[in-house]
Amino acid sequence: MNSGRIVGMVLFAAVLGTAAIGSAQAAEPPLKVGLLEDVSGDLAFMGMPKLHGSQLAVEEINKSGGILGRQIELIHLDPQGDNARYQEFGRRLLNRDKVDVLIGGITSASREALRPIVDRTTTPYFYTNQYEGGVCDASMVSMGAVPEQQFSTLIPWMVQKFGKKVYVIAADYNFGQISAEWNRKIMKDLGGEVVGEEFIPLGVSQFAQTIQNIQKAKPDWLLTINVGAAQDSFFEQAAAANLNLPMGSSIKVMLGFEHKRFKPPALNNMHATANWFEEIDTPEANDFKKRWHAKFPDELYINDMGYNAYNALYMYKALVEKAKSTKLDDMRKVIASGDACIDAPEGKVCIDPKSQHTSHRMRLISVGPKHEVTVEKDYGTIQPYWLGEIGCDLTKKNDKDQYTPSHLPSKS
Amino acid sequence: MSAELFSVFYQFADVFAFLILSAAGLAIVFGMMGVINMAHGEFIMCGAYVTVGLVNLGVPLPIAQILAAVTAGIIGMIVELLIVRRFYKRPLDSLLATWGLSLIVTQSMLLIVGSAVRGIGTPEGSFAIGGYTFSTYRLVLFGAAVAVLAGLYIIFMKTRFGVVARATMQNAAMAKALGARTGRIYSISFGIGTALAGLCGALYAPTMTLIPTMGATFVVESFVTVVIGGANVLLGTAPAAVFLAMIRMALNASYGQIIGQIGMLFAVILIIRVLPEGLSSVLVRRGR
Repeated sequence: MNSGRIVGMVLFAAVLGTAAIGSAQAAEPPLKVGLLEDVSGDLAFMGMPKLHGSQLAVEEINKSGGILGRQIELIHLDPQGDNARYQEFGRRLLNRDKVDVLIGGITSASREALRPIVDRTTTPYFYTNQYEGGVCDASMVSMGAVPEQQFSTLIPWMVQKFGKKVYVIAADYNFGQISAEWNRKIMKDLGGEVVGEEFIPLGVSQFAQTIQNIQKAKPDWLLTINVGAAQDSFFEQAAAANLNLPMGSSIKVMLGFEHKRFKPPALNNMHATANWFEEIDTPEANDFKKRWHAKFPDELYINDMGYNAYNALYMYKALVEKAKSTKLDDMRKVIASGDACIDAPEGKVCIDPKSQHTSHRMRLISVGPKHEVTVEKDYGTIQPYWLGEIGCDLTKKNDKDQYTPSHLPSKS
Repeated sequence: MSAELFSVFYQFADVFAFLILSAAGLAIVFGMMGVINMAHGEFIMCGAYVTVGLVNLGVPLPIAQILAAVTAGIIGMIVELLIVRRFYKRPLDSLLATWGLSLIVTQSMLLIVGSAVRGIGTPEGSFAIGGYTFSTYRLVLFGAAVAVLAGLYIIFMKTRFGVVARATMQNAAMAKALGARTGRIYSISFGIGTALAGLCGALYAPTMTLIPTMGATFVVESFVTVVIGGANVLLGTAPAAVFLAMIRMALNASYGQIIGQIGMLFAVILIIRVLPEGLSSVLVRRGR
């Protein structure tokens, strides 16, 4: 073997080595998106569309070149509706898998279980449900609608149309309790009367007594913020007992698609305010629905959670690309500039700098006797203004707290 | 006034029916046979799903409900043959085995049938008394609960099978020595138990949301009713259901569902503390 050949081989190996390093720099590692959604357990029927929405968005974004040229790797874990598992899986995604962003959570209890864990990291967290509002936390971006978008529109409309007496059936955990508090505040401002409030433990499925309590209290309408498959049995049992009262809700129809799950007319005369429901009939919405049903032909209903989960990934993409960084601090600079907007199927939605909640185009919908959905009123775009008004300003101070009408920021 | 009285009776009947129907099957399987059947809720779910499936195929509701109970009974006998039979002398292991079965069944249903099935709707019919309106179907449920109790009484007290079955449960070796085919007795008893669970699911299917985990909403009530009732199905479970129904109804009516549930479970703790053998231990002794 002559020395020339050896030199040649060494050179060749060196060239190969550099080439390998070069190509590794060109194809950057994928962005890791951690997703926590229940696809088994009591809430699986709501969590499944959330997983599907995320998968659809990831597939579309990856096909069109990814985020900043990087592909997305979706890591989904199923916490099965168990808050302890939310914490365990949240830690695993944040600390072991080192995801770039964490998305998910269905109940407000699961979100509040996750939030302290997220707050100890510098990873952004997207919560994709409508909820009872009030979370002022720099690590969290809320994609769903909040009470000033849902209750401040729905309750005055119900009072005007049906009367001043309301009876509340609510799930007994933070979502139900705080939503009921919102209702009390708004009803007081309107001069209305809450003639009864009943908090139901999760998992309760029998409502004969509740139905009679309602008939005794003689309300003009019902606010139904019961949660989960078991509690949804209320509608069937109320219809069987011929209760026949108008109902309003912030979660029924567009979120739990009860009008698809129950036989008509169990959901007749139900009213809700929503930023998304599958019956929206605009070119953008129809295009979105077509893509969804092409990928998931068996989907019973594209609910607002699934829709918000889809939007969350596009919002994340917009934030990262505008910040040219995946760091939370850089992304928050984009949010602070008021320029964090995407063109969603409902229309343009933007993140409010002070509260990091999302503006939404709100519509009031009604369910008829054959479970047909009609739009009663279009409110246009409503800002998530409440947190900003009471003094939450995440551009200045990170409160890491959840406020309610009875728990406001201390004036200091 | 009569409206208020009827309303109290109706509410009592409603809770009583729920407790009896969800506990009857377990009273045989757990109360008599001593098998801790953690898959009890899944047999209830099975009854509900079969009912809805058959109704969607065009079978009339009552026939679908009977067929659903029969299906649950047959599946129960198969499960007894394949799994439960190996655990008669190991009650704690039967807990694990049936719990595993329950997890497998729930998850398989989720994967095969999906996360939610469209309901079939409660049969029409409601009536008004005073300012209240009531669903007729809830009274049908009460009637069914009473019929189940009567049926169990006849089967276990008035038939030859019942005598042999009770003998087998009390002392299997002696019953066998006297010529009873204990294996078959166990198998049929377990089948009756799961058929009753299926019947519970079938009867409640029209009134509820159908999801694979729906059995869980019945399980707590059924276990507490059987536990405070004690080993005797008729002299334990029935009075236990009456007692718990009264407590729950009264608390539900005055303080709402949360206090109703807490109060009922509190009463259960008290009874187990005072009467570890259950209500039937007192009643049976008196009866002698």
